[in-house]
Formats: sequence, C-alpha cells, structure tokens
Amino acid sequence: MSVRHTLLGALVFAGLAACVPLLPLWLISLITIAMSSGLVVSGLIILWRAGLVPFGQALFFATGAYTVALAGLWLKISDAVVLVILAIVAAALVAAFAGLLLARYREIFFAMLSLALSMILYGLLVKSEALGSTDGINVAQATFFGMKPRGAAYTIAVFWLSLVLVFLAWLSVTAYLGSVAGQMAGAIRDNEIRVEYLGISVTRLIHLKLTIAAALAGAGGALAALSISHVDPQMAYWTTSGGFVFVTILAGAVSVPAAFIGALIFEVIRSIAVAVLPGGWQMILGTVLLVTILFVPNGLGSLIMRKRIAGQGGSK
Amino acid sequence: MSALLSVRDLQKTFGQVVAARDINVDVPVGQTVGIIGANGAGKTTFVNMITGHLKPSGGAIIFEGGAITGLPSRKIMRLGVARSFQVAQLFPTYTVFENLCAAIAIAHSGTSVFSAAVARFVSDRTKGEAETALAHFQIAPYRDALASTLPQGMRKLLDIAMATAGNPRLLLLDEPTSGISLEEKFDLMEVIMAALKARGTTVLFVEHDMEIVRRFADRVLAFYDGTVIADGPPTVALDDPRVAEFITGTLIRAKDGTLKAPTVSHA
Repeated sequence: MSVRHTLLGALVFAGLAACVPLLPLWLISLITIAMSSGLVVSGLIILWRAGLVPFGQALFFATGAYTVALAGLWLKISDAVVLVILAIVAAALVAAFAGLLLARYREIFFAMLSLALSMILYGLLVKSEALGSTDGINVAQATFFGMKPRGAAYTIAVFWLSLVLVFLAWLSVTAYLGSVAGQMAGAIRDNEIRVEYLGISVTRLIHLKLTIAAALAGAGGALAALSISHVDPQMAYWTTSGGFVFVTILAGAVSVPAAFIGALIFEVIRSIAVAVLPGGWQMILGTVLLVTILFVPNGLGSLIMRKRIAGQGGSK
Repeated sequence: MSALLSVRDLQKTFGQVVAARDINVDVPVGQTVGIIGANGAGKTTFVNMITGHLKPSGGAIIFEGGAITGLPSRKIMRLGVARSFQVAQLFPTYTVFENLCAAIAIAHSGTSVFSAAVARFVSDRTKGEAETALAHFQIAPYRDALASTLPQGMRKLLDIAMATAGNPRLLLLDEPTSGISLEEKFDLMEVIMAALKARGTTVLFVEHDMEIVRRFADRVLAFYDGTVIADGPPTVALDDPRVAEFITGTLIRAKDGTLKAPTVSHA
C-alpha cells in the first residue's frame, strides 16, 4: 500500500473519530460492535482466499473476549490497550496450538474441525464455575492511558479504540495480502503440489494464515468484551461463528474494507430485523444471504474492485 | 567433471514389490541425461526419490556433496533441485505471467513462511525475471492468458519455466513431451533445451521417444525392473542388446537364429 493511500486512510479514520458529536450513542455502540465483527471477518478473508472456511472462528473471538474479562478479574489489568494486546496474543497462541492439527485438513474437514474445537471451548465455558458458567463474567470498564472515562465518554473511548484497531488491521491485512505468503492463497487453492515443489510448506503457510486470522478474531473479541462489558459462552457458540461466515459471504474476499462495511451492514440489518420482526428476524437475514449469493456471489467487495479493475483497463 | 548428483545403492520397495534396486549413478555438472524404460521400469520412482516425493527404502542420494536422502521435497527444491511433472502442475486460475511471478517470488522470499509474509509479491526484480522466462521459453504470446486455457505444449513449457524459477542446478523433467504431437515434440524440446543450456542447468529427463533421447541426451540411463541395465552415450546405450530386448523392442532375429540389435545410422 502506498504512503498516499495510508495517509488518506488515516484522514478518513480521523474524520470518523471527529464525527462522534454528530452520532447518537446507540449508533456509536452499534458501529463498535460491527467493527469487532469486522476484525474477525478481515481475518476470515485471509483464510477464505486459500479456500478455507472455518465454522469455528468464534473459538478465537471468545478467547480474546475471555482474556480481557479474566485479565481484569484475576490480574487486575485495566488498561484497554494492554487488554487488547493480551487478547491478541492469547488468541494467536491458541491458534498456534490448534493449527498443528487444523492446518493439515482442508475443505469440509477443516470447517468442521474448527467448529468442533470452538464447541469444546463452549462446553468448557458452560461447565466451568470459575469462568462464569452460562452467566458469563462482567467486564470491568477499562482505563485508557490512565484516564477513566465513564458513561457516554466510555462508549466513545471504546469507539475510538475500535477505529484505531480497524485502521491497524486494514494496514496489516492489506500488507499481508500483498506479500508472497498472502498471494499464495490462490495458489494453495489451485494446486498445493506445485506450491510445495516451489520450495515452501503449504501446511506452514496455512498455519500462519490461521494464526493471523485468530489474532484478528482475538482483537475483535476483546473489543466486543470492552464494548458490552460482559462475556458469556455464547461468544464461542457455533451461531456466532455462523454470523462471521455470513458477513464474509456478504463482504466477499476481494477487499479488506468490505469486511468492515459488510459487518456494519449486517449489524444494521440485524438491528432493523429484530425491531421489525422480533420473532422471525432470522428470516430476514436468511433472505439477505440468499440475495447476496444469487446476485453478488463475490460479495460487496467485488463491486468496489470491479470498478477499479475497469478503471485500470481490465488488468488484474 | 565433478559429480553434481551421486546415487548410491538406491532401493525402493512397496510391500513385496521392488520398484528400485541397486541404483548407482553419478551425474556430472552440465550433463543432459535421458532416462528410458518401459512403463513400470522404475523411471518415475527414481525421479520421485531424488526430488523427495518418495522416501527411499535404502541407499543414499548426494547432491553437491550433501545427503538429500529422504528430505521433504520443498527442502530439496531449496537446495537447488527442481522438477517438472508428467501432467503439468500449474495454478489454473492465474495467468501465465502470474504463475511465473508466483514461482519467482517464492524463490526469492527465503526459506521460511515468515520471510514470505514480509516479502513483496510484486517487485521489479520478480517482474523482470518473469518477462525473461517468458522470452526464453517462448510463451510470451500467452502472457496474460489463464493457465487453464493453455494448449498442452504451452502448459509443459510453463511448468518447466516455473521449475527453473530458483535457478536450480539440477532439473528433472518427467516426460516433457508426453501428450504432444509427433510434429511438435522436437520443436518443444529444442525450446526447452535451449533455455536450459543458456542457464547451465544439469538435466535428467524421462522420455519414451528414442529419437528425442538420441538427439538431446548426452547420456542415457536405461531402466528395467527397477534397476539400470545400460548407462552410456546414446549411441552405445540405445544399441545395447538388453535395451533393445527390454525397452525399445528393436531386436531382430539374425539368420542364425540369434537376437541382435539393429545397426543404426547416427548421421
């Protein structure tokens, strides 16, 4: 990514941060939650490009969220930045370990194995009194570089934190996707034998992708925990993973910003659907998914990229 | 000439089946070796063992003085041994140029996935080398075509061009002309060998067409029943009675009733 694009992105994010006085608090909270989901989806894009669809990304999302809750509860750590870093490290470590197994599998086996691991975590969380069981754990409100914003100021502070995280995720995922390892995603999907015979380990490449995606999911979980001030086993449940896959289909894998835009659209649609049809909001989401697959099979990102490709004279 | 590749007492068994036995070969730098043999003779098993696709049951493979026996294929590739495949192994959803860039970028990115995660995929160096490979292997007209749409000959050329991305010292070609029409075979081999000679690559190629072997190989290894039954210049090895009997099937019965290899003109 060029310096010009980075600076432009930084300006956009600074502009969004400055928009706070114009936005109602409920919308700020909604955007923050959407960004936590967007962080997970930005990691799923990395795996999706290699033809891997994990149905258990909630494993790492919940790991991040519970790390924040437990670091506050047991270690009395309250600084939001430290908590997010801890959550990222914890999720990446879990992925580094789980990846020893997951990276050997492909297609439906990879998907279902990741789901199985997330459901094991769900079971542990539900059964463990120390981890709050089905009730979960309340997360103490974090501090920000020694400052203790409360009430509306806290919501805004977490929103700003979400913007910083999204900006950093956008830069790093874009940089990764432009690297040799990132560009090998399609090659892995196409022909693993050839990749191996070019001198690079496919299993290790996938392990790395898995770990990066998990780190992003951990960041998303931490943001959700800080925003909601509560964690519970539902965060590791398969429906949570399904939600991330839903947003990935909506966003597509061709554009990183689309992950965050898709997550925001998903949250807005879900909020409206719940308000309009409290007993059948899933029906509305299902319809949206159907329409997306039928009419925008490569996701919202493909609409942006298609225009850019045409602008470049059709070159890839 | 010093040996680039040395194979000592190489063995491979699959249960009770002996696929390779007592293979001893030294390949000097710069030599072009044709490997011949009937189906099931052990040619591809030999290539697969050198390139790490199969682990030998016994014996040693020495490349540039170091043992590579049983190493994973990717490590052997990194040491300077590359291969092409009987069925071209490409990235079908990539263009020809992108296929080459992928191969070259991996070759430049170092041995670990972490270095691959920070190395840029598209660089002037990568693009420059890809353009050179397009020219050397005469596939430039197909530069922006998807690999999945290429004719068979171009697929073979691209497969070999990708294998040469890391400038390997030793290249093993598994039936480079299989699936190519008789008229195109020689032209294809001319292009391949010219490109490889320009790079100074030592080549082992598996081939069924004896005229191709005769024309392009400096030396012939003839395989039968998992072992080498003849080893020498084409003029000698291809006329060996055992080769004529078991591989080329060109033995003729003389008036006295004995089997003899025909006299071949090599003008």
